Order: sequence, then structure tokens, then C-alpha cells
Amino acid sequence: MKPAPFDYLKADSLSEAAEALAEAGEDGRVIAGGQSLMPMLNMRLAKPSLLVDIMGVDELGRIAEEKDTIRIGAGVRQAKLQAWDGLSRHLPLVAAALPWVGHAQTRSRGTVCGSVAHADPSAELPLVLTALKGGIVLRARRRTRTVSASDFFLGMMATDLKPGEMIESVSFPKAAPSTGYAFREIGRRHGDFAIVACAAVVDASEARLAVGGVADRPMVRTLPLPVSGDFDDALNEFAWALNARDDLHASARYRRELVRRLGRQSLEEAARCRA
Amino acid sequence: MPRLTSGRRHTVRFTLNGRPVSGEAEPRMLLTDFLRHVIGATGTHVGCEHGVCGACTVRIDGALARSCLTLAVQAEGADVRTVEGLAGADDTLSPLQEAFRQNFGLQCGFCTPGILMSLDALLQETPDASEEEIREHLSGHLCRCTGYGPIVRAAVAAARSLREGSHA
Repeated sequence: MKPAPFDYLKADSLSEAAEALAEAGEDGRVIAGGQSLMPMLNMRLAKPSLLVDIMGVDELGRIAEEKDTIRIGAGVRQAKLQAWDGLSRHLPLVAAALPWVGHAQTRSRGTVCGSVAHADPSAELPLVLTALKGGIVLRARRRTRTVSASDFFLGMMATDLKPGEMIESVSFPKAAPSTGYAFREIGRRHGDFAIVACAAVVDASEARLAVGGVADRPMVRTLPLPVSGDFDDALNEFAWALNARDDLHASARYRRELVRRLGRQSLEEAARCRA
Repeated sequence: MPRLTSGRRHTVRFTLNGRPVSGEAEPRMLLTDFLRHVIGATGTHVGCEHGVCGACTVRIDGALARSCLTLAVQAEGADVRTVEGLAGADDTLSPLQEAFRQNFGLQCGFCTPGILMSLDALLQETPDASEEEIREHLSGHLCRCTGYGPIVRAAVAAARSLREGSHA
């Protein structure tokens, strides 16, 4: 339960971090809040030869309001976003999901982008980023690219992040007028990993449901409104399409039932919020 | 900051409960082990070593942190607070510690240092924390003895005594 040896570099600037990561290639990892990476290091599930600490890079610690999005730098801790005064106005879905992200004792250290980079299939932040059709800015030494959340998450803790790249920021689209948002989760204990989590977005033209904790990544589908006659069948089909499996925490059947229940509840709540 | 190489020890300095401390640590050394084995401050307990149990919870620059999920080198220059810093200079228990004693908030005591640090932070930030808020805050800690009831009672009592300004 002790990490294998690694070099440690506390970067002073983004370019210094990108340079070090480029040199280290597959053996380099970014450490920010450490709430996902440190357990992996302690259990030696990850054995990088270099850790690049980015928490000393000032420009990564910003929450920036842009025209249609809120951009959150790689150094922004979850507790900082939770305390940000624009949160419930601009990002009501994120505001609803954040209390479910770990515990107060881990949100105080863990970063928003770190959770996205870790890509745990039951994690809340990747789920709401997917539900809102957010984007991820990936920085390498010589280039910067932006990937949509739906293209970024590839599977269980697998992302489109390439060796030598790091997340510079993520951007969440701002709450749109006459759009409703809702979040529901069932776990064994508040703060535990979700057995099923649902994020719903309902606007004038569509109802979108994103589900975490079931498939190997957040899955999203456009569904008819809950008042529609074909809603139950469509939701049921989505629940089966997620290929739930039995595990220590819940059976596949229970997970499907939670998708149907929480899915309906969250879409109904989002539709109510819209009205 | 220069790159700290693996397999070699580097000097780490920070403030522990208001006093400057320093010691040598490899980059991979956890803050828990640095506190306990290098500094000799064994009040912080090590349970699961992967951030789940909460026994090693400390405060770094005011914010709660699992010290098993923090590298010693990351604490460089920080203000670190541990359970040893809760009691007064003459070893009088803090109101929270006294409430734990009065309400049987601990049995084996293994989880207690982390829980005290967490509740101390909660009551500082939210002096009128409700029982529900206290329970939610405690969800970040595991206790296998008490069933949590006495811990919640202790926290509620501590909140009351802090609000009333009495230190009994």
C-alpha cells in the first residue's frame, strides 16, 4: 500500500508541465488533487516514473465565464466549484450533482478535471459533462485540441487522453432558457460510488437522459417526454441497452429497475423545472 | 521548482500545528508516514491507505485532506493541522474533544483523530450545523465501534457548547 518510486515535479507553468509530460510519454502522469490517482498509486495499479503536480500553475485554477460556457481549469478543486456563486445560476445540473461527488473530505482536494481524467464509469462529473454535451481541452507540448465529452470517454477508466497530453480545462454549456435539469443517484451510502446515477436535461425539443454506474462509461440517449405514450418502452429499451452486469453491489436486474425509476423521476423533475 | 528524483530523500518543510517542522522524504512518501515516522506525530492514524476510511484526515491550509492521499512533498510550505493541535496549550480538551468524552463518542479510538479533524472543520465553518449536516459530513468516515450515534450526539453537543461560548 505504498506507491512505487517516481520522480516528482511541481510545475510552475503550463508549458513546463506539458514539456515534462512530453518527455515522459506513457510513464508520466499529472497529479492535481490526487483523490483518484493516489489510491491507484498506493495500490500500485498505476506506476508512473514521473508525477507532474499542476497545482502550482495559477492559470489552471480559474473558473471562467465565457459567452455560452463555463470553463473550469485543471486546478479547480470540486469544493471551489461548489462554493462558486455562479454555480446554481449557470450550472444547475452540476450544482445538483456535486454533493454526490465523494465526501466533503475528498471534494476539498479533488479537482473537477481530475475526476473527468480518471473516467470512473460511476463518477458524477463525467456523467453531467456528457449530459450537457460539454467539452474537454487537451494540452500537449505543441498542440491543443478540444474533444466533446461523448468522444472523450471510451470505456472503463479509458479516455481519448494520449501520452504526453493533459487536461487543461473542461467546459460546461451554461444553463439555457426554458430548459430543465435534474440529477438522481442511488448508492450504498452517501458519497459511495453510484449504483445508478441519472442526469436529465429537458428542453422544448427533446428530453435527454444520461446514465452512470451501469455501462463502462456515461451513456446518453434522447427519449420521448415522460408524458408521451411511448416513453416507458423507450426508457425500458435504454435500460436493457446499457448491458448491466451483476456485481458485489447490485444485480443487473436491480440496476435496470433503478434506471427505469430514477430515469423517469429525473426526467419528470427536469420537465417540471422547465415549466 | 526542481524535479525531485525518485529513490532519494529531499527536505520537506511545513508548519505543523503552528510549529515549523522539517524532515527528509522520498517523493513517494505519503504524508501519513511522514507525520508518523519522520516527525513522530502519531496522533494521525492510518486505516485503509486509499482514502476510504477517513482515519488519517488532517487539514492542509485550512482544507480537509486525507493524508494518505497526499504526498509529503505536496505539503511543502503548507499549514498542516492534525489532532495534536486541537487541545489547548495546557492540554485542556477542546469543546469538541470534551463532548466526545462526555458522550462516549469513541470506543477503540482508531477512527477518532480523523473524525475530530473533520467535525472541527465543519463546526468552524458551520457553527449551527444541523444533525443532518453532521451525519452527511460523517459519511466520509468509517467507525466500526460506535454505530455513529454517540459521535453524532457529541457533535451536536459540541456545536451547542461552541454557540453558547462555554467550554464545558
